[in-house]
Amino acid sequence: MAGILVIAEANEGALSSISGELLGAARKLAGEGAGTVTAFVAGSEALGKELIALGADAAIVDTNPALQGALAEVYLPAVQAALQQSGADIVLMGQTALGRDLGPMLAFALDTAVSMETVDLKYQGKLIATRSCYGGNARAEVSFKNAPAIATVKAKSFDALPADASRTGAVTTIDVAGEARIKILGVQKAESTGIRLEDAPVVVSGGRGLGDPSGFKLLEELAALLKGATGASRAACDLGWYPPSQQVGLTGKVVSPNLYIAVAISGASQHMAGMAGSKNIVAINKDPDANMVKVAKYAVIDDYRKVVPALIEEIKKLG
Amino acid sequence: VNIVVCVKQIPDPETPAASFKVDEVAKKVIPAQGIAPVVNPYDPQATEAALRLKEAAGTGKVTVISLGPDSARDAIKHALAMGADEGVLITGPEFEDIDNFQTAKALAAAIQKLGGADLVLTGRAAADWDMGVVPLGIAQALGVPCVTVAKAIEKNGAGLKVERVLEDGFQTVETPLPAVVSVSNEFGEPRYPQLRQIMLAAKKTVQVWGANDLGIAGEMGKENRRLVLEALYVPKVESNVEIIEGDTPEEKARNLAQKLRAAKLI
Ligand SMILES: Cc1cc2nc3c(=O)[nH]c(=O)nc-3n(C[C@H](O)[C@H](O)[C@H](O)COP(=O)(O)OP(=O)(O)OC[C@H]3O[C@@H](n4cnc5c(N)ncnc54)[C@H](O)[C@@H]3O)c2cc1C
Ligand SMILES: Cc1cc2nc3c(=O)[nH]c(=O)nc-3n(C[C@H](O)[C@H](O)[C@H](O)COP(=O)(O)OP(=O)(O)OC[C@H]3O[C@@H](n4cnc5c(N)ncnc54)[C@H](O)[C@@H]3O)c2cc1C
Repeated sequence: MAGILVIAEANEGALSSISGELLGAARKLAGEGAGTVTAFVAGSEALGKELIALGADAAIVDTNPALQGALAEVYLPAVQAALQQSGADIVLMGQTALGRDLGPMLAFALDTAVSMETVDLKYQGKLIATRSCYGGNARAEVSFKNAPAIATVKAKSFDALPADASRTGAVTTIDVAGEARIKILGVQKAESTGIRLEDAPVVVSGGRGLGDPSGFKLLEELAALLKGATGASRAACDLGWYPPSQQVGLTGKVVSPNLYIAVAISGASQHMAGMAGSKNIVAINKDPDANMVKVAKYAVIDDYRKVVPALIEEIKKLG
Repeated sequence: VNIVVCVKQIPDPETPAASFKVDEVAKKVIPAQGIAPVVNPYDPQATEAALRLKEAAGTGKVTVISLGPDSARDAIKHALAMGADEGVLITGPEFEDIDNFQTAKALAAAIQKLGGADLVLTGRAAADWDMGVVPLGIAQALGVPCVTVAKAIEKNGAGLKVERVLEDGFQTVETPLPAVVSVSNEFGEPRYPQLRQIMLAAKKTVQVWGANDLGIAGEMGKENRRLVLEALYVPKVESNVEIIEGDTPEEKARNLAQKLRAAKLI
């Protein structure tokens, strides 16, 4: 038997965006001969229908309430049961708080391997996963000696297909949950004001070259004007100039806006790992040789303190 | 408390792109000239966590383990200079080109040979391959729970209370011991070894174990990898940048705004 099992995720009864992206990836692989697509989700049967509409051939819904908000160890036996039922030899999940633990756990439990933070997938008689390594300086393509092949997929690496309500497929339910050795005592959501960084069509980010935290005020003004969000490099966050929740990069958020304006950011590979997927990059930097300038579509080589205020004025004038 | 900390030596993750080279045939990184390997940046945070727990308990032992070439001694020495008590180096030709699954097996075997641990601490990820799988692998091999990406750890009765970093906030969990916990950069600055401690560290014991000492020789080696490396390359970046001209910074800014408007980007 062959096929793909997608581990979808839902939040308060609604599928999270990674679920559609994973199904987009799975349909691509199915088109390359990887077999049928089964989607697994914890929640209600209605979610199963949504997964079919988004590209699954069949859905397995685990209705056990213990899975809601649970840690990966509670999911492990449920996913193993779904794997058995589907007969899949490829498992895809998101590089999320759940997937980053579940992927390795499943791999170790089944004596196989996992490709973490996968950015591309292809099927050539076997699954080949592409991922970034050495801080973004290198890319590796890996395959799997044993089955199933498991990959956790980075957000925004694949596009979701439009929901098609006319698609049909079987939705079955199971009721499996593992034992929780680790107990969750509480969850604290980070305060976020304005548009979520990951969803913003325009992101204006600042780096160490801003010189002091006041530079971010200018960037926030520019971002507000463009109805975008404000991000930061790790160097700027480590200096305490901007909250870590707004950090873009390998150890921060991954963004792929239509427009990314990098102000006084050099473009280290770890920063690029979080924004290289941006459709259009603008660099504002004093240094013509900065990596960010090389990858940009447009660059202004000058002091941001003079450039950004003038940019704000001109955009206001253009209306 | 009896704590084991796993530390890894890696090529400097801040190696500039211009100095970073790959041998695409051998599928290996060519060590950059004049840039020495470093301790994985998250691992001193794991060591720091171990030392704080030991200090809070007033008693205990911190053993640091590294799997790698002989130069990985430097990563162990760094942890010993921070204050860890003993070191173990796992080394030998059998470990060449192994994947992270084999790494986790070998580390777990070494922990068992040490007589087990109440707590195993690791970094959240090794900044070279950046997979974050080794801690979960060690936990599976030892049959204990694994709490990942910790920003704070404290003793809580017979177990631990751990604050974890999530995508959009934090989560507090409680785990029984023994357990494996991976530590994130949010944990805070690790202590910096003082000269006196560096001298003291030179006198601390570092045991050296090979695959045979651990009884795992048959599972190591490139041929026993579960993850197969098909290709390793440096992604090509083509520069198509248009430098916006202008006599003054203000004029450049105006020209940029007009370009962006013409391209319908704003
Ligand atoms: C394991 C690991 C994970 C990491 N994760 C991340 C991550 O997630 N995100 C991240 O960003 N980094 C990350 N880093 C850090 C990364 O390697 C870089 O150190 C960091 O991105 C540099 O930030 P920067 O570009 O703001 O600063 P710098 O590299 O110092 O660059 C500052 C830039 O500002 C320019 N400049 C200075 N003054 C002005 C001015 N007045 N006007 C215009 N331009 C000016 C300079 O020319 C320079 O290009 C990570 C590193 C490691 C080891
Ligand atoms: C197919 C493949 C081929 C590879 N080939 C090579 C190669 O030729 N040369 C090479 O150097 N690497 C190679 N590696 C990488 C090497 O196997 C991994 O870097 C290593 O096992 C750590 O894996 P990771 O990045 O998943 O660690 P992570 O799981 O990200 O590490 C998390 C934490 O685990 C601990 N840890 C991880 N590794 C060690 C260790 N060795 N000793 C002590 N503690 C550790 C540290 O605390 C670390 O912070 C290869 C990996 C793969 C998948």
